[in-house]
Amino acid sequence: MCRIGAIKSLNYVHPSQALLLMQSQQKGHDNSGFAMVMHDLGGIFEEYKHLPTLSLACTDEGVKVAEDMLHAAGFQRVMQWVPETDPQPGLDIIAMSNYLFQTYDYPKHFKGASQKEKEELLLDMRLKLRRALEQDEQGFAYSFWPDVVTLKEIGDPKDIGTYFKLWEEDDRFTAKVITAQCRQNTNYDIVRYAAHPFFLQGYTALANGENTFYLKNVELQKSLHRGYIGFESDSQCFLYSLHYVHRELGWPLSYFKHVITPLPFQDIEQREDKDQLFAIRQSLAHLEINGPNTIIGVLPDNTMFTCCDAKKLRPVVLGRSEDTVVISSEVCGINEILPDRDWQTDLYPHERETVVIDNNLEVHQWKQ
Amino acid sequence: MEAMKVQDITPNDLPWKVRYDAGRCTLCGSCVAACSFRAIEPKVERRRMVFSESDFPEPKQRFSAVPVIRQTHSIRNYCRGCGICEKVCPNDAIGPVRNIDTRHPIVTRCLGGDSIKRGGRKNLEGSARTLDKIRVGRISQMTDPSLDAQRHTFDLLAPFGRIMPPDRLPFQIGADGKLETKDQAPPVRWIYPVIIGDMSIGALSWRMWEAVAMATAYLNEECGLPVRMCSGEGGVPSRLLKSRYLKYMILQIASGHFGWNRIIKAMPHMVEDPAGVLIKIGQGAKPGDGGLLMAQKVAEHIQAIRGVPKADLLSPPNHQGLYSIEESVQKMFLSFNAAFKFRVPVAIKVAASATSVSVFNNLVRDPYNIVGGFFLDGIDGGTGAAHEVSLDHTGHPIVSKLRDCYLAAVTQGRQGQIPLWAAGGLGKTGDLAADAFKMMALGANGVFTGKLILQMAGCVGNDQGRCNACNTGLCPVGITTQEPQLVHRLDPERVAQNIVNYFLAMDTEFKKLMAPIGNSSLPVGRSDALVSTDRAVAERLQIQYVC
Repeated sequence: MCRIGAIKSLNYVHPSQALLLMQSQQKGHDNSGFAMVMHDLGGIFEEYKHLPTLSLACTDEGVKVAEDMLHAAGFQRVMQWVPETDPQPGLDIIAMSNYLFQTYDYPKHFKGASQKEKEELLLDMRLKLRRALEQDEQGFAYSFWPDVVTLKEIGDPKDIGTYFKLWEEDDRFTAKVITAQCRQNTNYDIVRYAAHPFFLQGYTALANGENTFYLKNVELQKSLHRGYIGFESDSQCFLYSLHYVHRELGWPLSYFKHVITPLPFQDIEQREDKDQLFAIRQSLAHLEINGPNTIIGVLPDNTMFTCCDAKKLRPVVLGRSEDTVVISSEVCGINEILPDRDWQTDLYPHERETVVIDNNLEVHQWKQ
Repeated sequence: MEAMKVQDITPNDLPWKVRYDAGRCTLCGSCVAACSFRAIEPKVERRRMVFSESDFPEPKQRFSAVPVIRQTHSIRNYCRGCGICEKVCPNDAIGPVRNIDTRHPIVTRCLGGDSIKRGGRKNLEGSARTLDKIRVGRISQMTDPSLDAQRHTFDLLAPFGRIMPPDRLPFQIGADGKLETKDQAPPVRWIYPVIIGDMSIGALSWRMWEAVAMATAYLNEECGLPVRMCSGEGGVPSRLLKSRYLKYMILQIASGHFGWNRIIKAMPHMVEDPAGVLIKIGQGAKPGDGGLLMAQKVAEHIQAIRGVPKADLLSPPNHQGLYSIEESVQKMFLSFNAAFKFRVPVAIKVAASATSVSVFNNLVRDPYNIVGGFFLDGIDGGTGAAHEVSLDHTGHPIVSKLRDCYLAAVTQGRQGQIPLWAAGGLGKTGDLAADAFKMMALGANGVFTGKLILQMAGCVGNDQGRCNACNTGLCPVGITTQEPQLVHRLDPERVAQNIVNYFLAMDTEFKKLMAPIGNSSLPVGRSDALVSTDRAVAERLQIQYVC
């Protein structure tokens, strides 16, 4: 079973905190991988918040393929960070040869482009890179987006941390939002892309659960948007539904919950907004989820939220201090990194709730 | 000895022989009185009796005339095997026996010079049903728990009405950050996923039709199951049209337009909108054929409702003016949507055919968003009257065609926009919940059923040629006849009770199927939940093959 965690802070946080958060929950997962997405970057990326950063794991040939493609598309590299690794013998990690975090400036002819045009360009570029690198597993392009980096690897999270020296806290590689998960997808093939968190155009989602409407979701999502690909994990569907509802349809976040876990018909009937809720349930019936799930999501503006399936079959808890909010599958993770918090303010969201943390760390509880 | 007449009909030529035991018969006459087909009659036989009256044997003989029951030797009044004689016999002295040596299909044609007509379903049983080769094989266990069928709340509802693509919903965001509706959207009704299929008043006796309507109202008002009933082609009693129960009725219009004069005249007096309008283009049991109501069933009240004289009522095989899907169906849909001021969903019913996907694609791409449902009826569906050759040899099985339509919608990302409703032999084995559930997992939003409803009422017909006499107006159990003495055999309250109980049982069974796959809403399109032990079926339907 997955364990998921997320940290949102007013200060820049080092990924070692995410490792700590997940480490104490290791009995609940199988230590088969580690993946994290960091939003609102600090350290060496802080000055480049407006420019897209490519998160890439690849072979030597893959580096060349990717750089050539980006160059041909007119992107100009402005910064590169290659994490220093510590390949000690005996570490449980199936490492790629290269891990690159490269920040690029937009192509010249995009200087005057709108934000939307740039966002579509970044997605198209990442999809192109992904397709090109898929051959012979030359590499994995996880994200290409301003102010976001992604790291995913197969192995024991502790050893992955050691390999990337993530246990050694510093102020070079930090973020205000970190989402993390410690398990490769063991339901299907072990594929790097299959590890959540998943990322698309500023949206991040990770989940602990089983989506039994996976096939229904996939069959619709495939034709909804060019970016809805892969489907290596049933949890990817949550990201795509979030992206579709919030970005493509432009609906407020509160409707995400209405889409994935619609209210029972008899409850909708009692509501003032029943016309809208019926219409949503009808038109988006194939994005409904079923089965046990807890979802954590991050929006492009770094708002973080969590919600559960309609039966609350998976745990989640939210703990907070003055400057940090942590969401975790198990409370032991929060105890690890916020030992001095007032645990009586911890929240255990219920099945009809979306808990939203805004950029002032105010915690909102929305009842569906 | 007189020369043998080999062309004469004898019971051995007929599909059923009547077993009769004169020794058990008390000559009460019940069987003869009860046989609506007049397939048995009293007869006097000359019997010789040998007896002795003295102390020592002194055989004498006596001849006497003995009344007995005999099977008629006629292709007009032949035994249908309905077994009513057996049912009424107090002494188990009589009953029908299937005659495997029957020459009926040949002699009937030879003597009548006309095609054979009958009711019921396809009677050619080739192989096991496709649905019986499919099982619900994806069981939730461990991390993805099964649900508790008894305690969990399930949402057992299906849409009827045109569903807009999400990006075309008429929404805007209001000042309070909530979605507001700024324009009209097509009407959609959420109803029980099993519709009581279209059987007309005319095909059914008034008592039977009333019993089904009563059951429908009871299921809605007392049991909380929003079951809808389709009127069939042939109108609706005025009293019902003007009552609040109209909201449970789907009004059907077919090529004969029978009954619509009354419906239109009743419109100003309607206090509720009907549940929907179903435009019948075709029927699975006899695709390419219109409705057929034999004159013997056109009783006075049928003449009144339909506005016709006593004559064979044949609906044309096609709707007037139906030349292309794009133009004619749109026109029909528009007019019927407009008739109820776009408040009532309008759907279309067609017979499954090799071309169904093309028709469905045209409707799915319809720019007016007015097609509120695609009802697809397969070859195993029933009918009140059809030519046997149509029943047995024309048509298309429902399972793969339904699946094809669903997958065609998936390819375009338009699944669910026109709800798919399937029928045609579902519940044939008596277990509609299982069949319906499997059809839904293959992509149906719901199913509709007709023949099974008759069987709930007491229909003794089956798919091995038993009875199948719905066309004759002589239904022995009062379901498909307008003869008052036959109709009175049917107790409408008991029929309604049976239907209600069946639906309640089916509702429980739906939950018992949804619980193990861990779903609280209907598993529409969840083909991953199905497995098949037949490789060809698995491949054709794109589900997992298991062995």
